[in-house]
Amino acid sequence: MRKGFTLFFFLFFTDKVIHNLLNLLHIIRNFEDSKHYSVMDKTGRSLISLEGLDRNDIIRLLDQAAQFEARPDRKTLDGKIVATLFFEPSTRTRLSFETAVNRLGGRVIGFSDAATTSSTKGETLKDTIMMVSNYADLIIMRHYLEGAAKYASEISPVPIINAGDGANQHPSQTMLDLYSMRKTQGRLDDLNICLVGDLKYGRTVHSMLTAMRFFNPTFHFISPDELRMPEEYKEYCRKNGIRFEEHSVLDHDTIAQADILYMTRVQKERFTDLMEYERVKDAFILKNSMLEGTKDNLRIMHPLPRVNEISQDVDSNPKAYFFQQAKNGLYVREALICNALNLL
Amino acid sequence: MENQKPALMVAALENGTVIDHIPSDKVFDVVSLLGLSHIDTPITIGANLTSHKMQSKGIIKISDRFLTEDECRKLSVIAPNIVMNTIRDYKVADKKTIQLPDEIRGTIRCQNPKCITNHEPMETVFDVIDKKNGVLRCRYCNKDVNKSDIKII
Ligand SMILES: [Zn+2]
Repeated sequence: MRKGFTLFFFLFFTDKVIHNLLNLLHIIRNFEDSKHYSVMDKTGRSLISLEGLDRNDIIRLLDQAAQFEARPDRKTLDGKIVATLFFEPSTRTRLSFETAVNRLGGRVIGFSDAATTSSTKGETLKDTIMMVSNYADLIIMRHYLEGAAKYASEISPVPIINAGDGANQHPSQTMLDLYSMRKTQGRLDDLNICLVGDLKYGRTVHSMLTAMRFFNPTFHFISPDELRMPEEYKEYCRKNGIRFEEHSVLDHDTIAQADILYMTRVQKERFTDLMEYERVKDAFILKNSMLEGTKDNLRIMHPLPRVNEISQDVDSNPKAYFFQQAKNGLYVREALICNALNLL
Repeated sequence: MENQKPALMVAALENGTVIDHIPSDKVFDVVSLLGLSHIDTPITIGANLTSHKMQSKGIIKISDRFLTEDECRKLSVIAPNIVMNTIRDYKVADKKTIQLPDEIRGTIRCQNPKCITNHEPMETVFDVIDKKNGVLRCRYCNKDVNKSDIKII
């Protein structure tokens, strides 16, 4: 009888201890969550870059995005107002974010072009952010200046999501790229990824390198000589044990091994030598005939908008994935928005 | 006089500052940073002197002038690891190697014209990535500072 009582007491006690421990873990996790977003961040919930995220953070975000894909329409943002401040126009990114807010039942305020705002009248970014934060629960911003979102996150009383700051960071694009890779390949680990086109200025390809460092990838950098992957990123790969090979032609042998073929735009204005541009511009165009003999699981991705680097005849190939890829951006952004507002 | 050592030059100073172990190519940057062309107390500037520690070094001796914290911080940015001697009454009252701090606030301008810090009334912040080689990275735009073209605010 006494033994039973002790046992009961012990169970009760451990249950309480476990409960407390779980609470403590929860607090620590929340603290770490906020820590990962940005160190100097005033609200602790802004998303400026993916740099502070580790493997588990990335997987957790992708899992959350998958839940939004299963059920994209919710009332999570009921009664919330989200501002989309696009100091530089980017229709695709803005529509994707605004759709995400609408699907979650929130409301959107904002502007789509700096020409329509007072920043053209000389108002500082700080003043614009402080004014808008009076109205909105969350600010999603795109800016042509590098570091603009980080600065905003240091002064804003509401969280900031960086929707692109110049050539610097565009975390939601990278997350949707990772989401698309995982979804089509069933995993993120051990993938063979060809990055094609402008690897010198391409912000998306640089962020992908850093985010993929946890997943043992093999990269093939395929670009014209003038637009090769910068030395600092190759050094980053060496330091982080990321395998890579460089190629100056888009040839069949390289594509044949690939799981992911990630195409980017080769823009004329990036070339100092226009003769060089004329010489190489057609060498980095993907045609449907080049996809013969490639792996069944190969998927072709592109951050969009494309110009001519993927010919139209590729679109009907089941390996073309760029439109679905853009659609995945919606689910990823729903997850990022709910994280920033601590609503998950 | 030809073989006179820097130590003797130090001894000749009653009160003031001796800045030693300046990389030879930075001597005149230090001169302009401290505004030494505008002061009227005695100054000795030595460049391309042989040194045990460095291939060639510079030394600047300034009478009746002491460096502020702010000046030391700025010096650490243009010439990491220089040695500052404070001289009082012919004696070395204080000697310290000026090292880069972990972060540098508001001392230098970001060289990236598209960096937010060049467009907003705000303080610049640079993280010191490599103290020995003086590698600085803008905390806002993530660009590294090109050492040959540092702009002091
Ligand atoms: Zn900067």
